[in-house]
Formats: sequence, structure tokens, C-alpha cells
Amino acid sequence: MKDTDIKTLLYAHFLCIFSVILSVLIPSFFVEDFSILDTHLTWLCFCSLFVTSINLVLYLVPKPNSSSKRSSLSHKVTRFLKCCVYFLVSCFSFHVIFVLYGAPLFELVLETFLFAVILSTFTTVPCLCLLGPNLKAWLRVFSKNGVTSIWENSLQITTISSFVGAWFGAFPIPLDWERPWQVWPISCTVGATFGYVAGLVISPLWIYWNRKQLTYKNN
Amino acid sequence: MQKVLVLLFLVWVCLLFYAGIALFTSGFLLTRLELTNYSICQEPPGPGFLPWGSQGKPGACWMTSRFSRVVLVLIDALRFDFAQPQQSHTSGDPPVSLPFMGKLGSLQRLLEIQPHHARLYRSQVDPPTTTMQRLKALTTGSLPTFIDAGSNFASHAILEDNLIKQLNSAGRRVVFMGDDTWKDLFPGAFSKAFFFSSFNVKDLHTVDNGILEHLYPTMDSGEWDVLIAHFLGVDHCGHKHGPHHPEMAKKLSQMDQVIRGLVERLENDTLLVVAGDHGMTVNGDHGGDSDLEVSAALFLYSSTPLFPSAPPKDPETIPQVSLVPTLALLLGLPIPFGNIGEVMAELFSWGEDSRPDSSALAQASVLHLNAQQVSRFLHAYSAATQDLQVKELHRLQNLFSKASADYQRLLQSPHRAEATLQTVITELQQFLRGARAICIESWARFSLRHWEGPPRHSGAYALRLGVGLLLCTRLAGLFHRCPEETPACHSSPWLSPLASMVDGRAKNLWYGACVGALVALLVAVRLWLRHYGNLKSPEPPVLFVRWGLPLMALGTAAYWALVSGADEAPPRLRALVAGASVVLPRAVVGLAATGLMLLLWKPVTVLVKAGTGAPRTRTVLTPFSGPPTSQADLDYVVPQIYRHMQEEFRGRLERTKSQGPLTVAAYRLGSVYSAAMVTALTLLAFPLLLLHAERISLVFLLLFLQSFLLLHLLAAEIPITAPGPFTVPWQAVSAWALMATQTFYSTGHQPVFPAIHWHAAFVGFPEGHGSSTWLPALLVGANTFASHLLFAVGCPLLLLWPFLCESQGPRKRRQPLRSETEARVRPEEEEEPLMEMRLRDAPHHFNAALLQLGLKYLFVLGVQILACALAASILRRHLMVWKVFAPKFIFEAIGFIVSSVGLLLGIALVMRVDGAVSSWFEKLVLAQQR
Repeated sequence: MKDTDIKTLLYAHFLCIFSVILSVLIPSFFVEDFSILDTHLTWLCFCSLFVTSINLVLYLVPKPNSSSKRSSLSHKVTRFLKCCVYFLVSCFSFHVIFVLYGAPLFELVLETFLFAVILSTFTTVPCLCLLGPNLKAWLRVFSKNGVTSIWENSLQITTISSFVGAWFGAFPIPLDWERPWQVWPISCTVGATFGYVAGLVISPLWIYWNRKQLTYKNN
Repeated sequence: MQKVLVLLFLVWVCLLFYAGIALFTSGFLLTRLELTNYSICQEPPGPGFLPWGSQGKPGACWMTSRFSRVVLVLIDALRFDFAQPQQSHTSGDPPVSLPFMGKLGSLQRLLEIQPHHARLYRSQVDPPTTTMQRLKALTTGSLPTFIDAGSNFASHAILEDNLIKQLNSAGRRVVFMGDDTWKDLFPGAFSKAFFFSSFNVKDLHTVDNGILEHLYPTMDSGEWDVLIAHFLGVDHCGHKHGPHHPEMAKKLSQMDQVIRGLVERLENDTLLVVAGDHGMTVNGDHGGDSDLEVSAALFLYSSTPLFPSAPPKDPETIPQVSLVPTLALLLGLPIPFGNIGEVMAELFSWGEDSRPDSSALAQASVLHLNAQQVSRFLHAYSAATQDLQVKELHRLQNLFSKASADYQRLLQSPHRAEATLQTVITELQQFLRGARAICIESWARFSLRHWEGPPRHSGAYALRLGVGLLLCTRLAGLFHRCPEETPACHSSPWLSPLASMVDGRAKNLWYGACVGALVALLVAVRLWLRHYGNLKSPEPPVLFVRWGLPLMALGTAAYWALVSGADEAPPRLRALVAGASVVLPRAVVGLAATGLMLLLWKPVTVLVKAGTGAPRTRTVLTPFSGPPTSQADLDYVVPQIYRHMQEEFRGRLERTKSQGPLTVAAYRLGSVYSAAMVTALTLLAFPLLLLHAERISLVFLLLFLQSFLLLHLLAAEIPITAPGPFTVPWQAVSAWALMATQTFYSTGHQPVFPAIHWHAAFVGFPEGHGSSTWLPALLVGANTFASHLLFAVGCPLLLLWPFLCESQGPRKRRQPLRSETEARVRPEEEEEPLMEMRLRDAPHHFNAALLQLGLKYLFVLGVQILACALAASILRRHLMVWKVFAPKFIFEAIGFIVSSVGLLLGIALVMRVDGAVSSWFEKLVLAQQR
């Protein structure tokens, strides 16, 4: 039972990684001179779009959380709208946090905001897909010993690794290497992406190795 | 006793750290004392006469001049192999074609065609191989280290005796063109100068083209005796492209053309010197001591024969500083006083007659002169300091006196044997080399032999605190000054004093904001103290806080007003304004000192109320005069009288009954430690604030706010372990240390010498300090390390604050208006928060916690300084080592010392308060027993 769960998780994560890779490859077919560094913002949009859509597909198809008992259309619509609002709020709050951490306030606003969007895509969107617009559930998952399934466990790991990746991405900015990727926010977005991908790879493995120790309340 | 032990242990740990820093410093930053003695033309360095009586002749000092003019072409980073002739046709190997090889063809041609006129040397450079140090060496003949004691940090001007100074005093005209480093080194020394900025390393051509524009016209005009041209293109090309780049070939070919052009214009009385100041590594960097960096080219040429023999096949290796005495004597100048170079004797092998031994005699006499000068210098230097090894010095002294005696005997004897002459020459050379070796041993040893051993509540509330902390940090970042090496960055415009502002309206607004920050700081501190009930007692420190602090703020504000508007004062008030701007800062400092003294004298200012447990019914006596006239009056007065009598009797009854559960209410006991700390910090902050520019007051406000938020965050995070042991978590200590560093930057400082706020030395001393140096140094140091000092002194707050916030836990909701807390002598009611008295209840744990806190803070600081030391030593070959890494290390080391002293003071203050609290308790208990 558990092993099949882990396998599903692994395949889902491979799909996510695949979407990130696709976001690098596909746009080059219909966007001229596409590269991650030169047309960074375009790539950010594509990456965010791809990862979000894959997450939505994953949410719609295997439905790891089978709690949607009420399924009236109006309920679904309000739920979707709520998710959108949550996503926007998370983007804006990330933007504020970046500015507090030292991002320029008046210049490069679009760049900073797109960085906030991509980080929200890596963190908020999976949360919304898995837990729904339910802050209490979020707090439960991200507090100590609050995890109830391997999906939530992997969510924890990918979210944290995305944040850590973004944070480490900021390290080379002040260095005087004068590389094109040291420009704000390229290193941070790339760092966040690497963190996200690393989290996707690590979490199934980690869960697999620790499957003996992991006991969830509802299992 | 235990407290003293804790302090002593901390002092010992600090001393260990200091020892580590001192060891590293002594290995990394070699120091040398600059002597300000000068060689004088009329005074030969020692007794004895010269073979040709030259003293009397005009234009000759210790010797007759051989050349009257010199063209010195200094090509920055001209490595020896750049100038080395290619000998590929002699050997069988196919010629290796490197971009820098064999590009200086004119040198090779001169060497081949006129072997007696030209000579190429490999000049051995002493580290550090940076341009400024090399220029110092090339003009003074000594071994400059990074910090030459006695040198002025503000300007780099060379105070030691040097060639340029000697040229000036001999009345020669020195014309300079090229690198503007010379402008700082020799201000006003040139009769004509064309300086070009050396800062942009990427720019290969500006300096060189600028020189070329002026070089030939100047040379043809003839208005010069010494012409110095310092080309930077080769060095910059090395930094930008490295030596193996085609651009280097172009640059060297350009230099070759320059030399050819100069040789064509050279007259008979002129010497041409082409020299590199240092080499470069394979990557084109320099600064260190690798073979490629320390080998530079040196080329001499004259259109008259200069050398007695043809050049050897492999060019001779000579120390770079040899050029100094050689040039001095060739030009007929005294050798600079501090020179330790050995004269290149073969250039002096020209006698006045054709006797066979005359050339050897000339060499001997030149060497003797040189040896006398070096001996005089060693004598003077060892008298001034103990840097040099005494034993070796003694040996050298003996060697010199023997050689000198031999030389004198030789001069007097009519027939001079060739062999004795050679012996004397060898002895003199031995002495000179020995002297150089001993100096290198103590000044230019660039090894890492001395190596520093590793110095050994709720989520939303916390979130709000965290966001506030971030906001403060971000706002404080608005006051950053830019490091010199990032040209794209713009320094904050708010670091300049208000007096420099032109717009009167903006100035007034800013002044208002600064005074507002001052008042806000004051009000915040007072509100805090009042919140914990610390403003009630009539003790002197409390009175000082109530009245002295506003007075200090007033004085500061008035001083700012005077300073920022000093130029606009009406003329008849000038004297008054000048006087006030002297008196006001001193008055503020005096007040602060008084406050600290009072605080130390009576740190416990507890308001004691001996009272009953039950609240007494208050009697309200309304004043009533005259006899009661109406029924209403009687109705009012009679009960009053009754109540009064009742009170009187009850009081007597209680006194006779006595010894009930008597309690004493002591206000502010729960915050007795932290109140003293906060008061001390505020008293310290005001004088430090005065040393900064006005607008930094906003940063100081942010600083207090930031530390307040951090402390609350800490208090929200960790629970109190009631009976002990108390600990402060690592993250809190490191955040505290990081905040000190951050505030250092946000008060407009940078760890480089040009960024020091020198104006701080003139606060309260607008006329300067006269000759005393320690007071301005103290003022500037206090300005620079203000944040280190404040945070280190405030470090014990990290331990105290969680206890302080105990009262704000569940109790706060129940009694939001309660403003004073009480600690009972006999804690019968356990619900009263004990706050900091918990610490007193477990003195053993308290001491341990203080010790632990001090050690943790020292450790975090130690990690910082270790990182700086590592960066400085790993990057010791880096181009910027003397500009960025070494200054950073020095700042960090001084900051560490300031921080550790501040930490000891803070802990000592807490202990003083603790001792006072103990004695107060004893007194109280005695009073109760009586």
C-alpha cells in the first residue's frame, strides 16, 4: 500500500520536473531568441504556467485528497475564486518580503513581482491544490508533527527547499564576477527552481528511506 | 567572589583572542617605524675623506655628479621576461612564441650594438608587490610594509627621506607624468606634472596616451632635470587580459616605440632608466611574493659609455632598492637617509686618471659611502625601536668597523694592492647585504609562519515582530555608504552633515526630523522605564534620567542647530556661536559621564513602601475653615471627624499588635538589571550620536527599535526555565552580533581607511587638537565603532529580556493597566511575577548564564574575525588585498577589541547591580529584624 503510494508520488514529481524542463525547451520553438538568461521574464511566465497546469492536472486526475464531498458547482466556483485570491495575496506578500529583504523598491518592479509569482507557483500552488484554501490546514502541515500523509510530507519538503534555493540564489548577487546571471532576480529565480526540483527529487527518496519511521495518524 | 571569577575568566578568554589577533597581525601586517631624519648635502654620512675632494664643488654633495639629468620611464608591472632578449636563434629549440616575448626589441638592439652603454638587470622586488609600496621603495630605498608606523592614514604622503625630496632640496626640476598615485605620495614636489587617474583597471590607454601627448614636447623643451613617466598600460592589460593576450603584445610594442623615441632624443649628460615596479602572475595579478611577481626588469642606458665590461650573458639579479643609492650618487645627491639598498658599483668604475686600480678604488669609495649611510641608518633605527635583532646588529656593526678601518688604511697607503682592494669591496658588500637581510627579516617577511590558531508566543505576534525587524533593517539600509570598488552603487545622500545642504527649507525639515528622532528616542526610553515603574523613586540616578536626559537631548539639538547654521549666524553672534559649539558637546559628554557615575554609585533605586497587606480605606479630608454654620455643613463635617479618629485608633492598634505578615512593596525590583542597562545604553548613545552627522540620529532610533524588536522576538521564542539553568540560544547571540555589524554599515561606515569619518575629531574641538593625537583618535574610534560598543554593552539584555517579558504573558490580559510590579521580600503570593528576581534567586545559575553569554558572544565575534583573517591570507595575492581585505581585517580586529571591552563593561555593570541588590536586601532584612 505504502510503496504504491510512494510510486505514485514519484511519478507525479517526475511530471512536475518534466514540466520545468518543458518550460525551457518548448518556448524556443515559437519564441525567437529564447534563452533563460536573455528572455528571462518570458521563461518565468512559461515556467509558472507549466508548473501550475501540471499541478492542476495532478490535482484533477489522481485526487490524493478525497475530501471533496460537497461538489455543487457554486461551491467549486467559490473554491476556485478563493484559490485565485490566495495565490494573488501570496504573490503580493512575497513581493513585500523581497523588498524587505533588500530588493529594489521602485526599479525592476516587474522582475521582482515575477519572482514572487514563480516562488508562489512553487510553494503556494501545490499547497492550494493539495490542501485547498484552508489556512488552518496549512498551519497544521507546516507545524511540527502535523503531517498526515506522504503527500503533505513531500509538500513540506519541496516548499522548504524552494525557499532555501531562492535564498541561496541571492548569495552571488553582490559578488563582482560580472556574469549575466548575477543580475536581479535571475540567480534567485534559478535558485528557487533548482530548489524546487531538488525538493521534488529528494522528497520521494527521503520518504522511501524513512518509510519505517513515518507513521501517519490516518494510516 | 564567583562574579569576579566569571569576569576574570572572560578577560582571560579575551586575552587569548587578542593574542591570536596579534600573532596574525604580526605575520600579516609587518610594521616598520618611519624615521624622519634626512640626509643633508653638506654632511657626509661618516668620517673620512673621499678620494676626490668633491664637497666643495657646486652641484655635488657626497660625490660629483656623473649625470645631470635622468629620464626615468616606469612601466608598471614590467616583468623581467617581458624585456628579456630572445635567444632562440642560439639554441636549437624552436622559438616559443608568447605574446609578451621579445617585444621590446629596442632594448635588445641597444644591448647588442652598444654593450658598454646599456645594461639589463633582473631587479628583485620585495613584497608586497603593489604599486604604492613599490613607489615608496623606489624613492626611499627602504622596504615599505603595509602600515608604516608614524605614517598618516589620511594621506599617503611620504614623510621619509626620499629621492624626490633630495632632488627638490638640491633645486632640481622634477617633471612627472602618469599614474596619479604619485600625487598622493609627493604632494607639491613636482615642478610640472600631468596626472592621470589610475583607478579604472579596464582602461588600457588613457594614461599612456596622456603621457605620450606630453612626453616628447616636455623633453624637447628642456625645462627639466628629472623626467619621470609612469606608464600603466601594461599593468592594466595584465589585469584585464593577462600576459598571454595579443593585447599585451600591442602594449609592449607601444612601450618599445616610446623607448626608441626617447633614446633618439637622449643627450650625453642624460641617463635613461627603464624600470618595472613589479611583475605579474600568469593571470596578470600582483601583490604577493611569487617568483613572477617579484622579478621586474631594470634597464639603464646612456649615450656615453657607462660600463667597463660587456654585459654578462645572463642578466645579473640585483635588489630593486639598489637603484636608489645608485641614482642618488650618479646625480650627485645625498643618499636618502633610510636607504638600505646597495649601490651598483660597476656604474662607478670611472676614475679621474688611467691608473689600473682607480676603477676598483672608485667602487670601494662608493661602497664605503653607501655603507656609512646604511650603518648610520641602522644606528638611528635601532635606537628608536627594538624591531631588529640585537645580536645580528652587533655582528654587522663589527663587520662595518673592520671594513671601514681597512678602507681608511688603504687610502693612506701609497701603493694599493689589487687584492686588498677587492677584500675591502667584498667586506663592504657583505655588510650591505647583511644589513638588507636583517631588514627584510623584520619588515618584508611575507610568510604565514605566524598563524592564528582557530580562535578557539504566538506565531502572529512573532511574525509581526519579524516583519518590523526586517522593515527597520531595510530602512537602516538607506544610510549605506558605497564601497569604493562598486562604481554602479550610489552612496546615501543623507550621510553628509546638514551644514552642507544648500536648500534652506529642506535643511529645516531635516533638522526637524533629526530632533524628532532624538525626542522619540528619549520618549521611548522614558516610556519604557515608566512602564516598568522605574521613574518613581527620588534617588539621584532616577532624577538624572528624568531631568538630565532631556537636558542632554536639548544640548544635542542646540548643537546641531548651531553647527548646521553656523555660516548664517549674524556677525556679532559669531563669537557666541563658536563658543557654544565648543561648550555644548562637552556639556553633553559631561552630563553623560555624570549620569553613568551616578548609575554606578547607586544602581538600585528601589522605591520601598512599607505597608499593610490590606488596602487601607482612604480618608478624604476636605479643608474646612470657620465654624459650621448650617445643618448641611454639620452633616458633612461630623462623619469626617469620626472617620479620622477611627483611622488614628486603628493605626495605633496595629502598631501595638505588630508582627503580622509584614510585606514590603518594592517597585521596579523586577526590572532592576535591565533598567540599569537601558539607562546606561541611552547615556552612552547620546555622546556617540553627537559624533555622527545629524541625520544618523534616525539610524540610532532605528537601532534601539531594532534591538527592542529582536529582544521581544527572543522573549516570545524561548520559555523561561524557572529554577535555571538559564541559557541564551545561539541564534539570538549571532543575530545580536550581526546587528552590530549591520549598524556599523548603516551608520555610513565602510571598512576602508578613506571612509573613516574624520570630522568626528572636531566635535567639541572646532579648532583642532594641537599636538595631542590620542584624543582625536579616541573620538574617531568612538564614531567608527559606536555600534560595536553599544551592542556589546547591551549584550546582557539578551539574558535579561525574557524574564522582563514574563509579566506580559497571561497576566497582561487580566490586568492591562498594571504598571508596576512588586517583588515581595517574602513571596507569599506566588502569582506575582518574579521577573528578574528569578535570576537573583539562583545566583549560581545567573553567573553561569552570564559567563555562557559572554563566551558565546566572543565566539561569534571570533568566527567573524577568523573569516576575515582567512580571507586576507588566502587572497593575499589578490589585486585588492591592501585595499579591501587587509583594511577589513584591521577594522574587524579593532572592532573585536572594542566589542570585547564593551562586553566586559556590560557584564561588569550587571554584576555591580547584582551586588547592590544584595546589599540592599541585607539592609532590608536588618531593618525588619530591628
